[in-house]
Amino acid sequence: MTMIGGLLSPVERFVREFGRITLMFTESVYWGVRRPFKLDYIFKQMEFIGVNSTIVVIITGMFTGMVLALQSYYGFRKFGAEGLVGATVALSMTRELGPVLTSLMVTGRAGSAMAAQLGTMRVTEQIDALTVMALSPIKYLVTPRIIAGFLMLPVLTVVSDFIGVVGGYVVGVKLLGINEGAFIDKMIKYVELNDIYNGLVKSAVFGIILSTVACYKGFYARGGAEGVGKATTEAVVVSSVTILMSDYILTSLMF
Amino acid sequence: MENKAIRIVDLHKSFGAQKVLDGINLEIERGKITVIIGKSGGGKSVLLKHLIGLIKPDSGEIWINDVDITRLKEKELNEVRMRFGMLFQEAALFDSMDVFDNVAFPLREHTRKSEQEIERIVEEKLNQVGLLHFEEKRPAELSGGMKKRVGLARALILDPEMILFDEPTSALDPIISLTILDLIKETQTYLKKTYVVISHDILGMFRIADKVALLSNGTIAEYGTPHEVRQSRKEVTMEFLNATKIPGFSGGEP
Repeated sequence: MTMIGGLLSPVERFVREFGRITLMFTESVYWGVRRPFKLDYIFKQMEFIGVNSTIVVIITGMFTGMVLALQSYYGFRKFGAEGLVGATVALSMTRELGPVLTSLMVTGRAGSAMAAQLGTMRVTEQIDALTVMALSPIKYLVTPRIIAGFLMLPVLTVVSDFIGVVGGYVVGVKLLGINEGAFIDKMIKYVELNDIYNGLVKSAVFGIILSTVACYKGFYARGGAEGVGKATTEAVVVSSVTILMSDYILTSLMF
Repeated sequence: MENKAIRIVDLHKSFGAQKVLDGINLEIERGKITVIIGKSGGGKSVLLKHLIGLIKPDSGEIWINDVDITRLKEKELNEVRMRFGMLFQEAALFDSMDVFDNVAFPLREHTRKSEQEIERIVEEKLNQVGLLHFEEKRPAELSGGMKKRVGLARALILDPEMILFDEPTSALDPIISLTILDLIKETQTYLKKTYVVISHDILGMFRIADKVALLSNGTIAEYGTPHEVRQSRKEVTMEFLNATKIPGFSGGEP
């Protein structure tokens, strides 16, 4: 009995946690479609999650594109196909690395901060204060963050895709001397609009995941500064892992 | 109008195996200051949070103006909450806003008043709590006592019928404590609202209370005017009151 119990409890914990996160998401959708729309709160979060993450996303995208060019050049040179470097960089960026790396960077930067903010508001009773004022804390705190995550991640991913390709171009054409015409031609030939769309759909889902998980962890934080710290760590770990797992699922669905 | 603002009937609440509230019965009078005293960690905060629906009881009833709030859904509960104000232990001001926006927040969210009118009301409330000219400060720049003043102004802003106070003098030095207590007494005398205060600061609470309830072992062990409670010969009451006698200090003798 105890062995079964020992096996069940982590599973049970996972199921319960998953259920509660889903409930919170549903509740925030419910509040999101009800008047009054808290546009000022949403814009503020869009600035925080989106605008303020731009530099990090640019640097990440740039270096990823650059290293992709370097690595694929090394491989393609062996059979004289250097011209494919551009297409490889662009496909990898738009379909996979743009959305995933952007989401992971935003999780580290904004997801952790969201969990810490909400966690602090919880332990200092600011969330209770909203409830006592007959206002829904979900509407004021969670819904705007999830909407902002959903809207801004695709935007950041476009930035990352573009900068990544530019980085690949600089390394491939300017540094390694790949023929510019081949680089761009092959890229246009092999990259379809659908590749970009798939990446953007994924990034929108990742945006929902990271903001929902971060809000959930912060919203239910317990036990003072230690609890807030724990919530922040868990927010980053759980959203990163969930993003990577759902990346596989989404990619296989859209393959 | 009935003179009972809140009636608590046989309220039970446990957290795991720990019985925190074990059959609370209490009638809180309208337009008076009722103080609930008791040991730290004895369930006072839990009781207070039940009154405003932040915690649901395991069993029992809480009647507020002929409505049992323990049976209400969140939406109906919110209508009841509109009649309450609450001052939290650490004031629970929103640290993303300055003092003015904190106090104005309930007005902006619940009324359609013009900014001009909001400004007038906020100034009036801040004046009442003695904090004019601090509108642009952030909560992080305020001392503990000032935060409580802002918290009180925010609790009063919608002119609620009832105001709940969670440990209003905790973590304050004795002098600031006194000014906060005087402020509570003053505003109550002026506004004639129902105040419910929980605290373990017995000496301070006897200054302001119209009625005192002693929470002990999850039940109300004693309930009466401060004078009646002082005269009580019940063992729990005497034990609790004796703890405040400090030899050589004038405040020591209750």
